[in-house]
Amino acid sequence: MVGGALGKIYRNGEIIIEQGQTGDSMFVVQGGRVEVLQNSLKGGLQHLAFLDSGDFFGEMAVFEKEVRSATVRAAGEARVLRIDKKALLTRIREDPLLAVNLLKTMSHRIRHLNEEVARHRKTHL
Amino acid sequence: MHSTQKSVADSFSDFVESEEKDFTLRDGSRIAVVGGGPAGSFFSYFLLKMAQAIDLELEVDIFEPRSFGYCGPAGCNHCGGIVSESLVQTLAAEGIVLPRSVVQRGVESYVVHMDVGDVTIESPVHERRIAALYRGNGPREGGDSELESFDGYLQNLVTGLGARVVPELITGVEHRDDRPYLKYGDGKGGQYDLVAMAAGVNSNIINMLNELPGDYLPPKTTRGYICEFRSTKEEILRILGRAVHVFLLDIPRFEFAAIIPKGQFVTVVMVGEDLDQELVHAFLNDPVVRRTFPTNATPCVCSCSPLINLGARKRPYGDRVVMVGDSGITRLYKDGIGAAFRTGKAAATSAIFHGVSAGDFEKHFWPTCRNIVNDNRVGKVMFATNAIMKNSRLTRKAMLRMAQKEQEKENARPHMSTLLWNMFTGSAPYVEMFRGTLRPGFIYNLLLSVGAALVPGRKKTAQPRKKAA
Ligand SMILES: Cc1cc2nc3c(=O)[nH]c(=O)nc-3n(C[C@H](O)[C@H](O)[C@H](O)COP(=O)(O)OP(=O)(O)OC[C@H]3O[C@@H](n4cnc5c(N)ncnc54)[C@H](O)[C@@H]3O)c2cc1C
Repeated sequence: MVGGALGKIYRNGEIIIEQGQTGDSMFVVQGGRVEVLQNSLKGGLQHLAFLDSGDFFGEMAVFEKEVRSATVRAAGEARVLRIDKKALLTRIREDPLLAVNLLKTMSHRIRHLNEEVARHRKTHL
Repeated sequence: MHSTQKSVADSFSDFVESEEKDFTLRDGSRIAVVGGGPAGSFFSYFLLKMAQAIDLELEVDIFEPRSFGYCGPAGCNHCGGIVSESLVQTLAAEGIVLPRSVVQRGVESYVVHMDVGDVTIESPVHERRIAALYRGNGPREGGDSELESFDGYLQNLVTGLGARVVPELITGVEHRDDRPYLKYGDGKGGQYDLVAMAAGVNSNIINMLNELPGDYLPPKTTRGYICEFRSTKEEILRILGRAVHVFLLDIPRFEFAAIIPKGQFVTVVMVGEDLDQELVHAFLNDPVVRRTFPTNATPCVCSCSPLINLGARKRPYGDRVVMVGDSGITRLYKDGIGAAFRTGKAAATSAIFHGVSAGDFEKHFWPTCRNIVNDNRVGKVMFATNAIMKNSRLTRKAMLRMAQKEQEKENARPHMSTLLWNMFTGSAPYVEMFRGTLRPGFIYNLLLSVGAALVPGRKKTAQPRKKAA
């Protein structure tokens, strides 16, 4: 059985969040692995990343009202904990530093995205 | 001329004074944490994390005589071992994932037991977001069971960040040369730039702090009761499932009790302002309680009556001293570990980014404590109302009926279920629960249920509705 004892178990391939849907929570992987995918222009799903224990996803829904920007599904059996937007924002109001951990990951993802864009440009020039 | 000289002298003395009264932590500053329970560990964790983020090098000594690797009282900071939904989520957002070896059961529902029937209240998100765990290495008779202590796990996180755990009892705290001075159990001592007092309420040290700046008074306390019962994993899962079982019983002086399944053990916890052996006996022999127990459960030798914090009497800080967790301010009856997290982190934030004077703590630590204090005031009203409701058979029936109806219907608004869930799990602030009871939907449905309870009917046990796919 996958590590951790909290959250919910998702079976291999089970979708946790779906691109284009609205959401009011973010998620933290407690055990196992999940895969982040995005609809590709040619149709079908394009692999973006794998996330492991301690990684989170869906955090954009906490800060903005946009729809989910990617689909995340279990890669093998995975255990995932949901964090409610309201509970998180209430805690952040008392303790703004709680957002720092989220910002760190978000900034890491922007850096990764920039690198991807730069690589993409190079190969298409 | 004279006046110029005076002004130079004045500025010099101002300078000396401001140098002397420099309350900021610098590279090499020494911090002592008295007590390595959750409050001491959370304080140290955030202190060191924040210090690393701004390239500040601190020396952190955590004084903790207890070894959390031991079974029974020697390794345990006696408590029910429930980590609330809000703390589980906050820890996850902080990047702290509680491992399976620490979490004995992930809890997904609470069963409320009354003489008039039972109701299972499912987690609003149908997920295991509450952890049942052991603070030490399990009960005295635990032996070789596969478990890891929660307090020990936190302590490992902190030593991983560079804190030093000193296995010494602190026997006194003095103020020498404007700095706190700790007396160690071995007769030696040491001076520190900041002392975080995280010794809980079950320690004599909190009665010996009158030499420190500020006018600290130990919090008001009462006794709780905890007893471990042994059964088999299978029997416990069969009878208790993955739920925490709580009781609304009309036993005189009874306030709150829970039965918590943890692997091959069951923890019974009771709290209340007027708890004694007679009340414990009455509770354990109540027919409602007896039918909830695994048939083959035998009490093991591990039981205790720890003190519980009922509210601080003074502000918990002074120059270079701050009280975190139970030694200072905590939530009334619920989520003490969550309060240890909140006060520990707030004190660390103040110390790193603002300073360690009483004024700094007043401005940057006290607001978090004040939120808890104000919320506890509302909590007192909620507990008093609950006491009145649980003492009348009519209102017990009405509460049960309302919660049962909500749990049975797929789209019913869970007014009573949310209230009971939050009240028992400590997942939400008392203010939020109180607001919920003022909603027209809550009042309307409660009145309907009181009406229905007046009509005689048969006793019923609700099955929760099917989980959402
Ligand atoms: C019956 C009962 C049930 C409870 N159930 C729950 C629950 O289910 N969930 C929950 O969240 N809270 C619960 N609580 C509350 C919870 O136990 C406390 O809020 C929590 O332990 C506070 O953490 P702390 O670190 O402040 O203090 P403690 O956990 O008491 O830790 C204090 C530490 O300081 C050390 N120490 C003491 N004196 C000295 C000294 N002189 N020198 C050095 N070290 C010292 C001790 O060894 C100990 O390790 C319960 C409390 C009681 C009484």
